[in-house]
Amino acid sequence: MTLDLSLLPDGGLHWLIGSGEHAGIVLSSRIRLARNLAGFAFPTRAREGERLRIVHQVRATAAKVPSLRDAAFVRVDECTPLERRLLHERHLVSRELAGLERPGADAPTGAGVLVTGDVGVMVNEEDHLRLQVFRSGFDIPGALRQAEQLDREMAAALPFAAHPEFGFLTACPTNTGTGLRASVLIHLPGLVLTQEIGKVLQGLQHMGLTYRGLYGEGSDVLGNLFQISNQTTLGRSEEDLSDQLVRVVRRVIEREEEARGVLSRDAGYIIEDKLWRAYGTLRHARNLPAEEAMNLLSGLRLAVGLNLLSGLSVYTLNKLLIFSQSAHLSHAAGRVLTDGEANLARARYVRQILANEARLPG
Amino acid sequence: MVCDTCRERDAVVHLTQIVESVVSQVHLCEQCAAARGIETTVALPKHPLGDFLQAVQQQAAQMPGDAARCAYCGTSLRDFRASGRLGCAHCYGAFEQSLRELLRRVHGSTRHEGWKHEGADPDVVEREATLEVLRTRLAKAVEGEAFEEAAALRDQIRGME
Repeated sequence: MTLDLSLLPDGGLHWLIGSGEHAGIVLSSRIRLARNLAGFAFPTRAREGERLRIVHQVRATAAKVPSLRDAAFVRVDECTPLERRLLHERHLVSRELAGLERPGADAPTGAGVLVTGDVGVMVNEEDHLRLQVFRSGFDIPGALRQAEQLDREMAAALPFAAHPEFGFLTACPTNTGTGLRASVLIHLPGLVLTQEIGKVLQGLQHMGLTYRGLYGEGSDVLGNLFQISNQTTLGRSEEDLSDQLVRVVRRVIEREEEARGVLSRDAGYIIEDKLWRAYGTLRHARNLPAEEAMNLLSGLRLAVGLNLLSGLSVYTLNKLLIFSQSAHLSHAAGRVLTDGEANLARARYVRQILANEARLPG
Repeated sequence: MVCDTCRERDAVVHLTQIVESVVSQVHLCEQCAAARGIETTVALPKHPLGDFLQAVQQQAAQMPGDAARCAYCGTSLRDFRASGRLGCAHCYGAFEQSLRELLRRVHGSTRHEGWKHEGADPDVVEREATLEVLRTRLAKAVEGEAFEEAAALRDQIRGME
């Protein structure tokens, strides 16, 4: 099967539009709900036949769930390695579901994903279902409302495993109860440059929150991008858990804005020089490794935030982040690129976008 | 600046303390701060799963009977401890006592306070899934002109609907 990304509604990238509150700092907001079907072993314990039955049952049900009526369904275990990497780079599937944890590995049997607009449903991940809603910018309440509706509709069609006291049952007890992970993808270069970030991250833990890198659990922090999310899932309502995240993230945004203010005031020309150098490299480099690109793009995002660079929209910045990744460059080239080739293709792609979309002040 | 307590080592911890509404500054070295029970190592937040697995390990020391198995999926408490993953929903019943303790430790509570949606009837879902399979077989039978089989399947589907 070939995966035709044009068949995915909005390519599964609706959140890139860069609208919503604080879209310059908070790239996206996400609600994830972990659910399991009653009567089946959890995916890691289920036999192959059981996993296939689950994926068929979910697919049949999707047609009756209004929120998923237009969803495209992708059998991840039937995709090529490049297609699986593409889905992962778009945050539509986890590393685990894409079978990318070891080189040369396959995706787990019955691995699937439903995609439509802001919604994605992973099938046969650690839990049978991972319902996800993505929103552009800082919009946790909007994402939560939509997730609640999707959850209610799916629960009416599929019996979820639940316990009268513990709530929704999940493979890992860290998700038991609500199965909720509310998170924001947030860009914090000001706090990193002023070396305040350690304190902020430490503070998160005291507030019952945690952080990860761009690609979730176990991933490195790259390009000053952090995912902040709730840590506990039981004993409080979904609304309470999300409100807590919103309150703390609001405070983190304020701290980031303060840090940016301090940088402009006290180190104006140093920062300005640093950001223009980042722009210069991105605009003219011929060979651009992925990690360097991530860090320079962080500089570009900050330059836009400080109004040093006009004519570059948040949408363009988000697009650069996703489409400069190696599987996307390979997809555009129509063949699998080596790392070296991808570095050249990345430099070419970024140069072209900046030439077309960045207007420079005099 | 030297430590207020030992007057030997450099002070690295600076505290503002209020005793009977008198505000004073205290400067301590790492050792003297530790002796007073003040945490000085600034560690970044640990991975939550790390904390959780540590809790599981601690619990393991106190818990006999880790060979106990879930009758439904065969997962043992030992398997769970090694992987951090339960095998199925029935594991929650099989290991209820240990899990209750663990959930309290991880989440600070064992009582779900969130959404409870009107659930689907498992019998209906099972019937729908079977109907789906029968309809696929019927379509194949018609395509292959196996009309006798098709008629039988059609009767079976009508009966279930």
